[in-house]
Amino acid sequence: MNTGLQSPTGVWWKPAHRAETIWVRIAFAWCMVLFAMMPLWHLKGGQNPAGIRGRVTPAAFEQRAQEFIAAYKVGEENGFALVEPPPGADVYLIARMWQWEPVLRLRKDAQYTLHLSSVDVNHGFSLMPVNLNFQVVPGYDYALRITPTTAGEFSLVCNEFCGINHHAMIGRLIVLDTDAAPPATPGGTR
Amino acid sequence: MTAVASTPAPFRTCPTTGLRVHSQADALIKANAVAATISLLIGGVAAVLVLLTRWQAIHLLPADWFYRVLTVHGMSMLIFFIIFFEMAVLYFAGPVVLNSRVPAPRLAWTGFALMAGGAILVEVMMWTGRADVLFTSYVPLRADPLYYLGIILFAVGALITTGLFFGALVIAKREHTYPGSIPLVTFGATTAAIIAVITLLHGAAIYIPTFLWSLGVMNVDPEIYRLLWWGLGHSSQQINVAAMVAVWYLLGALSIGAVVLNEKVSRTAFVLYVLFISMASAHHLLVDPGFSPAWKVWNTSYAMYLAVLASMIHGFTVPAGMEVGMRLRGFTQGLFGWLRRAPWGDPGFSALVFSVIIFGFLGGITGVTFGTEQINLIAHNTFRIPGHFHATVVAGTALAFMGVTYYVIPLIFRKQVAFWKLARIQPYLFAGGMVIFSMAMTFAGTFGVPRRSYDISSADAPFSTQFNPAVDLMIGIMGIGGLLAALGGAIYIVVTVWSVFFGPAMPAAVTVGNLKAGYGVPNGVLNPPKPLPPGEHSQRGLTRGTVVLVAVFLAAFIAYYFVNWKLLASVWKVG
Repeated sequence: MNTGLQSPTGVWWKPAHRAETIWVRIAFAWCMVLFAMMPLWHLKGGQNPAGIRGRVTPAAFEQRAQEFIAAYKVGEENGFALVEPPPGADVYLIARMWQWEPVLRLRKDAQYTLHLSSVDVNHGFSLMPVNLNFQVVPGYDYALRITPTTAGEFSLVCNEFCGINHHAMIGRLIVLDTDAAPPATPGGTR
Repeated sequence: MTAVASTPAPFRTCPTTGLRVHSQADALIKANAVAATISLLIGGVAAVLVLLTRWQAIHLLPADWFYRVLTVHGMSMLIFFIIFFEMAVLYFAGPVVLNSRVPAPRLAWTGFALMAGGAILVEVMMWTGRADVLFTSYVPLRADPLYYLGIILFAVGALITTGLFFGALVIAKREHTYPGSIPLVTFGATTAAIIAVITLLHGAAIYIPTFLWSLGVMNVDPEIYRLLWWGLGHSSQQINVAAMVAVWYLLGALSIGAVVLNEKVSRTAFVLYVLFISMASAHHLLVDPGFSPAWKVWNTSYAMYLAVLASMIHGFTVPAGMEVGMRLRGFTQGLFGWLRRAPWGDPGFSALVFSVIIFGFLGGITGVTFGTEQINLIAHNTFRIPGHFHATVVAGTALAFMGVTYYVIPLIFRKQVAFWKLARIQPYLFAGGMVIFSMAMTFAGTFGVPRRSYDISSADAPFSTQFNPAVDLMIGIMGIGGLLAALGGAIYIVVTVWSVFFGPAMPAAVTVGNLKAGYGVPNGVLNPPKPLPPGEHSQRGLTRGTVVLVAVFLAAFIAYYFVNWKLLASVWKVG
């Protein structure tokens, strides 16, 4: 037998020893399990990053988002519009250096189509403390059918480097219980 | 054309391995190793600065310097240190292992000069604040055009060196400098070289347009940038994997005379790397808007996990080859007598063992799990990602390269290893520190702590975010582990630099008595493993210790993988 430093001579294409052969088969079977899990989760699982994917110019996305904000604005928080779309609505969230616009108020167990895009550089959508993450790429509209399954206060942390104030890019998202009355909001328009 | 008499190249014969070493190979290995060590020093200083800033209790640097130094850390380590070292590995695994010569030495030095010049240009751009774009430099973040140019020069130099490696293979074959087939180590290095070509071509495909974009000549789509850039960024880590596994076989052979169980199986596993491993670039694009689920599932799984299969094969054959090698030399007691009685004081051997274990258990399992399309939803851009790749690239590849350095110093530089007592504990410090560091980092990432963030205290933000209280503790533990590893890294640099520049030459006859006080050489140089009697040996029952080890590995893999599906199932519904 030779070491890895020595040249094997003669015919070395020979059957492997039994323990090695069995391990290769077990490893291969495990690899097939690993592979099968992903399509299976698309069929049976509740968390898939598929979404509806398309191109959009930053200007067009900005315009759609501003129309969305104007339609469903219910107040302001820290200078950001507070927006409460009805369940089932298309929801737009703009990522820009270094803020998330607007602040969203959603209902638990209702499904929304959340459109993510950036109007400048790459950003990262990280919903805390749920820990759900998406890449936000300028020029692309990532529309995710999303259903909040927990109520409470959430923050949106940017987790893709986007310049000197990257770490200060934190947004806000509120989820109300399905039948809770909306709280009184200062500066509300309805 | 005038006839040029070919003067015989100057060779020496290595007294330990019996290999014929070309003086140009010696010199090129030394140059690349020195450049790698300088890069490691720069990247290491940056590492400590990054660590002491992310450690919220210390928070050393201001924001601009944090991102600057983080850029330096990524480039210096993942590109310059690793690739310079791999070029040295190629000169070793080609001309040296095959008893051959370096083809076109002048071209080889041109390649080295391009790499060094490019690296210096990039370092200057980064340190002067003209490339605060992090390692990935995602368009449309913009750096100085000279930054992209520096990377292009470096890549061209590396491509030349890789080409010369292939040239060396051809020359050695034609000049019959070795019997039979090329050794497994050279075969592994060849696959690393092929992956390097794939990687560097991706580098050209993305950095040349980006260079032109930075000059205002053309447009680059941000998503296409991400796709092509990761063809460089992730694939370069796959050069590491292939080179590291080749170094595992090399260190096993040098330190304890590990055998190759079956050439067919190990070589087929290397071929699987070439065919499938570069698809893992998709790991970074799983929650991106530009790619369909089918594309993501197919690519992230390296076409049904065939590259994972390759790693799992090496994960068996490397320790099993060591076990059989030891057992055939008389270390036959029980399940693990071969492991207990192995030369643990040989830093080449201990580095090998820790590299295999940490790469597999921490790096491999987490990498495959986070690289699952849906599980990536709870991992993308969190601390889990650097937690994973510090276990693969640092505790796996860099540690294996450190281990082999303790053999390169006596065998190539012909020097005794300085501060021998420190050198012996260096792999323990480095591996221990990296285990603590990367586990704490991965745990913190489980709570969603973002990577690449200057400050997670929401200090300057319009809204605040609260992390689980465990995060502070995890980051503190990570800081301690990181400092331990940094100490190990510093010892490595001091030992290698001192040995190479001030160490005494190797004595003609290597015995303990002939070495200078305080200096040493690894066990495999002092007492080279006894040659095995020629011919076939039955492997029946000789791998049973390894069988237990891989069973434990598989159980850990299955447990971690399904725990993550469970975690995923608890988050919001999204589709």
